[in-house]
Amino acid sequence: MEIREKIKGFIVENFLFGTDDASLGDDDSFLESGIIDSTGVLEVVGFIEDEFGIEVLDEELVPDNFDSLSKLVAYVAKKKG
Amino acid sequence: MLVQELLERSAAATPGREALVCPGRRLTFAEIDAEANRLAHALRRGGVRYGDRVAVLIDNSPETVISVWAALKADATFLVINPTTKSAKISYILGNCRASALITHSARWRNAAAAVASTPSLKTVICAGKSTPAIRDGVPGGVSFLEWREALGGMPETRPERKSIDIDLAALIYTSGSTGNPKGVMLTHQNIISASTSITTYLENRADDIIMSVLPLSFDYGLYQILMAAQFGGKVILEKSFTYPYQIINLIKDEKATGFPIVPTISAILLQMKDLGSEDFSGLRYISNTAAALPVSHIRGLQKIFPSTTIYSMYGLTECKRVSYLPPDQLDRRPDSVGKGMPNEQVYLVDENNGIITEAGVIGELVVRGANVMKGYWELPKETSERLRPGIHPWEQSLYTGDLFRMDEEGYLYFVSRKDDIIKSRGEKVSPKEVANAIYAIEDVVEAAVIGVPDDVLGEAVKAFVVLREGSKITEQDILAHCSKNLEDFMMPKFVELRKSLPKTTTGKITTKNLQ
Repeated sequence: MEIREKIKGFIVENFLFGTDDASLGDDDSFLESGIIDSTGVLEVVGFIEDEFGIEVLDEELVPDNFDSLSKLVAYVAKKKG
Repeated sequence: MLVQELLERSAAATPGREALVCPGRRLTFAEIDAEANRLAHALRRGGVRYGDRVAVLIDNSPETVISVWAALKADATFLVINPTTKSAKISYILGNCRASALITHSARWRNAAAAVASTPSLKTVICAGKSTPAIRDGVPGGVSFLEWREALGGMPETRPERKSIDIDLAALIYTSGSTGNPKGVMLTHQNIISASTSITTYLENRADDIIMSVLPLSFDYGLYQILMAAQFGGKVILEKSFTYPYQIINLIKDEKATGFPIVPTISAILLQMKDLGSEDFSGLRYISNTAAALPVSHIRGLQKIFPSTTIYSMYGLTECKRVSYLPPDQLDRRPDSVGKGMPNEQVYLVDENNGIITEAGVIGELVVRGANVMKGYWELPKETSERLRPGIHPWEQSLYTGDLFRMDEEGYLYFVSRKDDIIKSRGEKVSPKEVANAIYAIEDVVEAAVIGVPDDVLGEAVKAFVVLREGSKITEQDILAHCSKNLEDFMMPKFVELRKSLPKTTTGKITTKNLQ
């Protein structure tokens, strides 16, 4: 739960500017919905590396790991072991 | 020659050759040509006539590419709108050019709906993707609405009869202007063929070239990847964006891409990736950069990651597509130069009295002569006359770029600055006035000023200074949220700073000179 809340908080704060909390569904594609673009993804990487003490490898930077809240949460949980 | 003949010739010469690869779909030249013919017939049936404008609002996809070709085949002028454009601006653009058709996608309907309801010139709407009853209900009576498949169903694959000649308008490309409203750059078939021929000549493109493109087709740099590949008979791997860099890197390797057009923001991201140095990119023949100058540090970094790849540093503006390129053998000697005019084009610098500068090192405005120079801005004679003026001959119109350059002894160009206050962010032009106008629409905003600040990834980041009515509860976040609903992604301010007041000139106008 904690990982999810932290990541969601970051995304709502930085990409939805605190307004659209309810509209961000767990499985909504960030790319399709236009929430996050190429520079935004780098901000997300920086955030999860700092916040959770993990290192994101280049080859992990793919939609399967990053393109929705639920995918991000699963990825971080797996990395933290 | 007409632009669509680039496709038609390749479809005739190499019908079975793969021309376009998008996620989940691979198309040959013959398939694209046939589908574009069917869509052209559908547009005609929907009321599109010779010289009409057809707007395309879809993310990069086969449908976007086919729509561009189909509009041309229907004797119309196409315009591709950035898919992140918000409702009010779509309405403005469609109204401004009196579009008679809109080809869009259900995923973009939220922003397209208002324009469809409010553009009286609109006769037909074609929707890629599944429509819903709500979408259909929003289409005014008298406007035909069809899903892509319905529209193409039963239409012949044969080429429609054509009326256009090469001085007809092939494209309108809307670009940010200092006045706040976007301006439609008018490009004829001749303009586009000329630019495409020059560029493919100096890039030495061949039929076996495979271009990896992540640039939106609304951006002329992205659009030309499709047009040029049709001209030289090559293939484009088309993705929506560079959001997932590793995916693109894999595509470059898997699809054996030979060309990779980038902007500095993409190179900044590539240089931040950790293990690219160990990858084998020996198949990648060239990387091209334009939109904003590639910092020398980026050039050096790219040379390390792509040691056997040729890097083309280029410069251009929508009004003539491309101006110059640096011959790759000059990259080590003058990495900060954008080179010389491209083939079949002349460039020179003028001083404030319009005198041609011949001395090296003297700064002046760059002037471009060539068949690639636009015909003007759509229905804006005043703005057109500022850019298009008699050049070295009284009988011709040359393009005064508004960009200041200097030349070295050997005639190589170095960008100095712009004459106006346009911001270049992610390689796209941002009008400070347009962003400020969006902010002024917030009720409590008393004053707003917008500037560009240096940014490692974006080139320049957009920064807004805002003065609010006393006692207002509006926060920086509220302003950003408002902007995100009203501006395209690349225009979004990265920073908002609330101030008690803004600096003014003696005549009371806001001045941005000392803001940072």
